[in-house]
Amino acid sequence: MTQKTRFLKEAVSVRYIMKKYPFTEKKDTRSGFGAGLLEAGKKNENVVALCADLVGSLKMEAFIKEFPERFFQIGIAEANMMGIAAGMTIGGKIPFTGTFANFSTGRVYDQIRQSIAYSDKNVKICASHAGLTLGEDGATHQILEDIGLMKMLPGMTVINPCDYNQTKAATIAIADYHGPVYLRFGRPVVPIFTDPDQKFEIGKAWMVNEGKDVSIFATGHLVWEAILAGEKLAEMGIDAEIINIHTIKPLDEAAILKSVAKTRCVVTCEEHNRLGGLGDSVAQVLVKNDPLPQEYIAVDDSFGESGKPADLMKKYGLDSENIIQAVQKVIARKK
Amino acid sequence: MNADLNKLNSIAKQVRRDIVRMVHQCQSGHPGGSLGCTDYLVALYFHIMNHKTDFNMDGDGEDLFFLSNGHISPVFYSVLARSGYFDVSELATFRKLNSRLQGHPTTHEGLPGVRIASGSLGQGLSVAIGAALTKKLKGDSSLVFTLHGDGELQEGQIWEAAMFAPHNKVDNLISTIDYNGQQIDGPTEKVLSLGNLKAKWEAFGWDVMEMNGNDLEDVIRGLELAKSKAFKGKPIMILMQTNMGHGVDFMMGSHKWHGVAPNDEQLQLALDQLECDMEDY
Repeated sequence: MTQKTRFLKEAVSVRYIMKKYPFTEKKDTRSGFGAGLLEAGKKNENVVALCADLVGSLKMEAFIKEFPERFFQIGIAEANMMGIAAGMTIGGKIPFTGTFANFSTGRVYDQIRQSIAYSDKNVKICASHAGLTLGEDGATHQILEDIGLMKMLPGMTVINPCDYNQTKAATIAIADYHGPVYLRFGRPVVPIFTDPDQKFEIGKAWMVNEGKDVSIFATGHLVWEAILAGEKLAEMGIDAEIINIHTIKPLDEAAILKSVAKTRCVVTCEEHNRLGGLGDSVAQVLVKNDPLPQEYIAVDDSFGESGKPADLMKKYGLDSENIIQAVQKVIARKK
Repeated sequence: MNADLNKLNSIAKQVRRDIVRMVHQCQSGHPGGSLGCTDYLVALYFHIMNHKTDFNMDGDGEDLFFLSNGHISPVFYSVLARSGYFDVSELATFRKLNSRLQGHPTTHEGLPGVRIASGSLGQGLSVAIGAALTKKLKGDSSLVFTLHGDGELQEGQIWEAAMFAPHNKVDNLISTIDYNGQQIDGPTEKVLSLGNLKAKWEAFGWDVMEMNGNDLEDVIRGLELAKSKAFKGKPIMILMQTNMGHGVDFMMGSHKWHGVAPNDEQLQLALDQLECDMEDY
């Protein structure tokens, strides 16, 4: 028996208790954005909202009803929307743009690059329907490259919250932060498991569950999948540390290094291409500071397709079962 | 007015000297469009706009200008320096390492007078509309000016903005097109025809005017007329006829001097045509 298989065998005899995350309600993260936008609007009169013909999808109705003069319907013209948002910051407005993630990034990359990022403009690019969980509309709309595109822009903050409450808190927090931000959220209803009164700290990872055998770093919808995986792993005798990396840039390197100092192996989880996402950002921290085995839960450099969100997550290897397998694999790779 | 016009003409000559000297000094940059738009920018900054030279990004209570065709940075930098935003000696750093005077204008290096990066074409009209909307929200009754190349109108984003501004009655906006009929690969009519620009902008709902961009008196008349048309429900578009390279005979009217620097001999020939009572940087 090798040392690794002995470890797994021995582990089975121990039972760990995962921190419980009961939920009574499911909601879409985009509704968290809508609620956060209304709150941010009430807190700060400089907050304005722009939308490219997707008011209902982005849940902007409450803001529009409360502040009709601070809402700008741009029409189906995302490039123009990014330019107008950049211009509105001159004079101190804080524009929140809203459209799908694909049209918030890939379609308007050069506008964001030149007029927002390079020009140091205080624009909040708020992107719904990110990733596979957009579902039936298929690959034209399911962007899996947006985190990479945005994190490569100097000065851009990239945030991918995990549930309704966290998305609401993040939306309020970015209004108070000066600088360009990409806020990525999704379409489907998912469990609400974070604190409704949380204070969202940009760039500060959130400890979901302390453990010692493996570090699972998860972002967005994958945090819930990591929790489901963690519960099963505990029953299997594997004590998983689960950390929510809601801010991909700037990355909480200290939290990552502190966790891996204890666990000595990593699984990263994201609804994104394995190229250029959270996994690559974590890998860069590891190779520079503490090289360790890492497994990626991410889409394997492909486009998505039409289907039900849960079926897509399973087919493309992003559900809790895949996380459990990746954990077993990475633990076996530990030296 | 005449004394003022003489002074403006003198400044325009000095700005043209600055342009050819800057481009010669670093052996790169875009003299053609810069020389063509000199009279417009001199009129704007020295006569038309109400602006402050103690630069503040927000620009509350002052008129704002956005250069969308950022490659004509030499004329923009010279006019900013000559009107007091920064010392004219800094013009000597144009396009050099560690300079605030980047090849294309940027806010990134903190150069006073620049409020947006431009260079990748077609973005400035949207930005200006945004700034104009903020002025309206804040009850600030000053104006927003923009300048665009005619070749730039081939970018799709321009027409997104063209549709938006009249629909939203952005009437504190005075845009100008440098209508010189030239672009890098040749005459616009040959590369990609612009068609009837006046009819196009009118069809989109703009109040369209024309002026001669290389006659300072006509530029002032045109811009003052444009100001009188502001706040009447429509954005204003000025089609400004210019000669690329205006003021330097061997550079005039050809796309060949779009992005080429003069050599020593050509510089001297150009400066001989631009004698002026002001001082070089």
